[in-house]
Amino acid sequence: MLLLVVQVDDHPAWLDAVQLARGLTDDVHAVLFDASRADELAKQGIKAAHVVEHDVLSDYAPEAYGEALAQLVGELQPSGVLAVGSEKGNEVMAHLAARMRAPFAANCTQISGTGRPWLITRIRGGGMLLEDAEMDAGCGVFTVQPGAGTGAETPSTVDQVDVRRFTPDLRDELARTRVIERTEREAGVSLATADVVVSGGRGVGSAEGYRVLEELAELLGGAVGCSRVATNNGWRPHSDQVGLTGTKVAPKLYIACGISGATQHWVGCMDAKAILAINTDPDAPMVTRSTYSVIGDLHEVLPAVIAEIRARNASAGTSG
Amino acid sequence: MSLDVLVCVKRVPAPGAKVPLTEDGRDIDTRHLGFTIGPHEECAVEEAVRLKERHGGSATVLAVGPPEVAEQVRYAIAMGADRGVVVDTGQDELDPQATAAAIVHALGELDARFDLIMFGNESADAGHYQVGVRVATELGWPIVGGIKGIEVTDGGVRLRREIADGSEVYQLSLPAAVAVKEGLNLPRYPSLPGRLKAKKAKLDTISWQPPPGGLRKIRLRQPEEKRADSVLLGHGPEAAPAVVDVLEELGVC
Repeated sequence: MLLLVVQVDDHPAWLDAVQLARGLTDDVHAVLFDASRADELAKQGIKAAHVVEHDVLSDYAPEAYGEALAQLVGELQPSGVLAVGSEKGNEVMAHLAARMRAPFAANCTQISGTGRPWLITRIRGGGMLLEDAEMDAGCGVFTVQPGAGTGAETPSTVDQVDVRRFTPDLRDELARTRVIERTEREAGVSLATADVVVSGGRGVGSAEGYRVLEELAELLGGAVGCSRVATNNGWRPHSDQVGLTGTKVAPKLYIACGISGATQHWVGCMDAKAILAINTDPDAPMVTRSTYSVIGDLHEVLPAVIAEIRARNASAGTSG
Repeated sequence: MSLDVLVCVKRVPAPGAKVPLTEDGRDIDTRHLGFTIGPHEECAVEEAVRLKERHGGSATVLAVGPPEVAEQVRYAIAMGADRGVVVDTGQDELDPQATAAAIVHALGELDARFDLIMFGNESADAGHYQVGVRVATELGWPIVGGIKGIEVTDGGVRLRREIADGSEVYQLSLPAAVAVKEGLNLPRYPSLPGRLKAKKAKLDTISWQPPPGGLRKIRLRQPEEKRADSVLLGHGPEAAPAVVDVLEELGVC
C-alpha cells in the first residue's frame, strides 16, 4: 500500500502524485489534515483516507505534521509515502524522513521498483538536470515534481472512499514551529499566476528602464518579472525574480527582454507555453531556446509594440 | 542579546547557459566551470554577518566536502564571517543523510556552541530539501524553511515566510535552526580588507567519513527540450506588427 499525502498546502499538482502512485499500485490510501477533501478521492481511485486530527495541527506546523505522519506510517506500514514536491510538501516529507531516519527523494518525475531498491528519476537544480538514482528503503519517502504526470486520469473502480480518523500522540512542544500569524497578499496580478509575464534582465540597463516593461504588462493584464542580475543590481525587488531561487512561472506567454538566459533563469520560465525573446544578441541562449524572437534593442522594440497595440485597440474601438 | 550563528554552505558549480556532463554521465563536468556558494546560502552568510554587526556575537561558516570547499568558506569569511570550518569527507558529493551526519558530527567536535544554525532552503545543484531538517531533528532543535525575514526578539527569532497568497510568521525560541531563501537580503561583495583577512584565516578542519545514506546517484542526464527552432519575427521596432499578431494569436492581447 502507498500513502499519498494529499494536503500539505493544497497544491494542484497532487494529481501528478496520484498518477505516479497509481502507476505503482492500485492500493493507494490518502492522508488528509481536513476531512472536507475526501469527496474528491474516489474518482482518483483512492480507496481509503486517513484524516489526521489533533489540536497541535490547528495551523501549518512542519515538525508536528512530520511527527503525525511518522506515527501514521508506523501504524499502517505502507511501502512508500508520496507528497507533492511543493515547498511545504518537501519540508514536511523531510521531517517525516528525518524522524524515520530513512532516505528521502525530492522532486521525482518517475518512480519504479519495489523498495529494494526503488528506482527513481528526480530533477536537480530546478530542472537543469535529471538524476537517475537508487534508493534503499523499506518505506520509500518521495515527493513528486509538479508536472511529472501527463494529466491523464487513471480510471477508478472506487465508489466510496473509506474515511478513517487518526489521532496522533503529539507533545505540545511540537507547536513550537506552528504558524502564529498570516497576512493575505494584496489583490492584483501575481507573478506566479499571470497569463503574461514581461520580464527584463541586464539589457534593461536601469531601474527606470523597467517603466516600458510595466507599461506593456499593464496593457496585457500581465505581471513584470526580472532576472537575478536585475535583483542584484537593486533595479527590482527579489519578489519579481524569475528563476531557480526566485519564482517559477508557467504563463501563456513569457516575454524575455534583454535576458541572456543563464540556466538559473531558464528553469524558472521554461514551463511557459510560449516565449518571446527580445535581445540584441541573436546567439543568446534565451533567443535560441525561445518560441518567437525579435533581434533588437528592447528600448526601441517595446515602445513600438505598445504603440501598435494602442493603435489596434483604438481602431477596433472606432470601428465598433 | 548577542547571537552565535553557524551557517552551513555548499560548494556548487556555477553553471552558465548549459550544464556540461562528464562522458560517463555520473557528474557535472566542472573542468571549465567555477564554483560558488548557492544564492540561498550566500544570503544566509550575509544575514549572519548582519546579526553579528547589529546584536554582537559571532558568525561561523561550515562546509562539508573535499578540501576544496575551503574556497567557499574563505569567501564567506571575506564577507565578514569570523571563523571557518571545513568538514573534510574527501568526497565530492555525499547523499543528504551523509551530509547531515557530517554536520552533526562536526558540531560535536567543535569547541563552540551556537544559538542559531542557518541553512539554504535547498542546495543550488542537488536540491534535496532536507539536510537542515535532518540536522535540526538530530539536535532536537526547531527548524522552519522558506524564510525571507529574520528579526531577533527577546529570547528568540521571529521568522517571515512568503507563500503563494501572502506570508506567514513563526516565532522560535533559541537555540533554533532556519532554512532561508534568496531575497532575505542583498548580499554584499567582499571588501579588499575582507579578502586579505580571509586569505590569512586559519580554518578548523575536521576529517571524517560519514556512513553512506540510502540514496545513490546513478547518473545525470540533460532534460529533453521540447521547443522547436525560434521563429524570428523581425529586427528592431519594425517587428512590432508581427509581435502583436502573435499576442493576438495567443489570446493575450
